[in-house]
Amino acid sequence: MIIISNAPFDPGALLTEFQNNHPEAGAAVTFTGMVRSTPERPITALILECYPDLAQNEIAAIRTAAIARFNLIDAAILHRYGRLVPGEPIMQVMTLAPHRQAAFDGAQYLMDYLKTDAPFWKQEETETGTEWVEAKTADDTARDRWR
Amino acid sequence: MKILYFAWLRERLNRASDDVTPPAEVRTLNDLITWLRANDEALDLAMANPKQFKLSKNARIVPWETEITDADTIAILPPMTGG
Repeated sequence: MIIISNAPFDPGALLTEFQNNHPEAGAAVTFTGMVRSTPERPITALILECYPDLAQNEIAAIRTAAIARFNLIDAAILHRYGRLVPGEPIMQVMTLAPHRQAAFDGAQYLMDYLKTDAPFWKQEETETGTEWVEAKTADDTARDRWR
Repeated sequence: MKILYFAWLRERLNRASDDVTPPAEVRTLNDLITWLRANDEALDLAMANPKQFKLSKNARIVPWETEITDADTIAILPPMTGG
């Protein structure tokens, strides 16, 4: 399952749907990324820009690679775009595997690649205006450990 | 050939896309970027650190050495910040 959408989603409902009908799975890992606002850096919203056709293709390639590398039973990725307010889920990665290590590793691999190789761009909205979020070198480093 | 711009690059250029007809000697994405920058000062400045950008051809990320034709849609992608 790959979903690229501007609509809100229910993380729990998505997981329930994903886990259904897989009696051979012994482990499910879910990661949900959320919009964060802190007292040090208060934001009113996060605006995500996306290139949907490319996102679909690149995420499909990352998912296929993760399933093959970790022998996952299944993997699902949902990523939103548009204007999201603090507390809202931005994206969710879910993996199913016979045992926990593959499920954890597969989810981390998917996250690390999505951070740097999926065509989404975040812009923070504050009381004073908007600012593009800068890419982090640490995200490249996290991805490169899988190479 | 269609060129798409995203995020802060789109904002700096004040447009989301261009339709261009490069000369015959433009055969690869590398050639295309060189040609686009030579003809557009704003793009040239925005791409001062060119290797931070990824490029896509027909909605797949490809190496800068990839050959291109007039029928392709090319996107210039600033460093991504999804997840």
